Amino acid sequence: MSDAITAEGLVKRYGEVTALDGLSFSVPEGTVLALLGPNGAGKTTTVRVLTTLLPPDGGRATVAGFDVAGQARRLRARIGLSGQYAAVDEHLTGAENLEMVGRLYHLGAKRSKARARELLERFDLTDAADRPVKGYSGGMRRRIDLAGALVADPPVLFLDEPSTGLDPRARAALWDTISEIVAAGSTLLLTTQYMEEADHLADQIMVVDHGRAIARGTADELKDQVGGNRIELTVTSAAELETARQMLAWFAVGTIRTVPESLQITVPVTDGPEALRQALGQLAEAGVRVRDAGLRRPTLDDVYLTLTGHQASGSDPQAQEATR
Amino acid sequence: MNALTMPIVDGWTIAKRNTLKIRRSPDLLGAAVMFPIVFVLMFAYVFGSVIHVPGMSYREFLLPGIFVQAVLISAQTTGYTLTLDLQKGIFDRFRSLPMAPSAVLIGQTVSDLLMNLASLIVMAVMGLIVGWRVHTSPFEAVLGFGLLLLFAYAFSWVTATVALALRTPESFNNIATMVSFPLMFISNAYLDSSKLPTVLRVVAEWNPVSTFTKAARELFGNTSAALKTSDAWPLQHAIPVSLLWIAVMLIVFVPLATRLYKKAVSA
Repeated sequence: MSDAITAEGLVKRYGEVTALDGLSFSVPEGTVLALLGPNGAGKTTTVRVLTTLLPPDGGRATVAGFDVAGQARRLRARIGLSGQYAAVDEHLTGAENLEMVGRLYHLGAKRSKARARELLERFDLTDAADRPVKGYSGGMRRRIDLAGALVADPPVLFLDEPSTGLDPRARAALWDTISEIVAAGSTLLLTTQYMEEADHLADQIMVVDHGRAIARGTADELKDQVGGNRIELTVTSAAELETARQMLAWFAVGTIRTVPESLQITVPVTDGPEALRQALGQLAEAGVRVRDAGLRRPTLDDVYLTLTGHQASGSDPQAQEATR
Repeated sequence: MNALTMPIVDGWTIAKRNTLKIRRSPDLLGAAVMFPIVFVLMFAYVFGSVIHVPGMSYREFLLPGIFVQAVLISAQTTGYTLTLDLQKGIFDRFRSLPMAPSAVLIGQTVSDLLMNLASLIVMAVMGLIVGWRVHTSPFEAVLGFGLLLLFAYAFSWVTATVALALRTPESFNNIATMVSFPLMFISNAYLDSSKLPTVLRVVAEWNPVSTFTKAARELFGNTSAALKTSDAWPLQHAIPVSLLWIAVMLIVFVPLATRLYKKAVSA
């Protein structure tokens, strides 16, 4: 199997900030790679370099066999891009938007029109086809934008944070659509901040931080890399949370995470059930009232935290602070 | 498709998109149709009731100036629309397509030229209603409108350049207003500039707006022997100097705008 995307030592700097710091990877044809990382990790920059929107300061990359620097136009005929912000024209209808994209892929008038109708049907937008995009919901905009990326049936697709800003239902529907596209044999490079999204859609996940790849593997491989299980407890007061943190340090094989708001504590352990039994016993002796207790497999959030030392999608600075 | 036809074909696709957009956005349509009507009425009746031009009616003197003013303002749509598009992701989509990169600016300027044509037609009709007449041959009149449209097209590239340098609609509008008002008022568009104090008179004589206005007056025959003509070189040779201005604007600003576009979208 050959590679649909290759990147070797990509470097991109914005003044003092290094967005890409020698990033290398490849994506075999017909597979899905998710770039996982927080804002500013270099995910979008990677997509922009690979889709020829941005020239890299160093390194080289090919997509569908074409070089991003020297063969940009031929490369562009083989890719579809759907960005973080829906790249559609608000004043144009859904059908007009897709037709315009078809014309710009040089499909010709007739094929562009037919293809637009086909995609509108596939994305369940037939009813809205002749209404300006301005009146579309967030989910509909995402769908029309994604449809725009598929107009020329490109063998390589780039989706930059496809579900950002969508409600859970719209997100689930979008995931189904993406899964269908991938099942048809396209290669997909996806960026996301959501572990769940990477877990759901990708064959391989590459964790990116500060413009560097810090881990790569399947979701299961990454979870195994972090190892063991997690004890997750909910106590009844902030004082008890602190007591629990001190007492359970003895069991921990990695960083203990506490979330003061929800009085939760997560402890990575090796021998799960035995550790849980002992922990509960000791806490009971110390008079700590445990409201909820459980044992779980590590999530990709745990993977991320362990690998980077900071949380991936945690927007709450306090919760993030508490994990240090 | 080759390197020569692709910018034209793609530019036309983009121009069609912009034309649809203009048809659907009342604010742009309003700017294209309502402004000319208001301008003609306002200047013809407000200024017209105070200002007197020797040997001819003020409205006949005024209309070519109003045409130039309308073109100057309409051409700013190009810059303004570009700054709006820059705020959205649409340029990323365009740049990820195998289209000619130059097509975006070509399409934008061409569709704005069509809008300018529509606005000039509305204006000419309004002018005829308030008493403006063409006193030359139909051929020269067509040349007059042709010259105005060429100016409109060339000036679109100037506003595109400014817009791509500034990148936000707010700052673009500020600069556009600050520059276009003095350009319009320190000129011979609304009054006989030979009566201005020396400094203002010299500025007015060399102001391209005066040159275009003078050229339009000559081509439409809205001149009077009783009106003192300036000795300034650009006004003595208004038509060739207008063409020179158009050439200079295109030669300087087409490549400049194209370069700035590439820079603006690959940040």
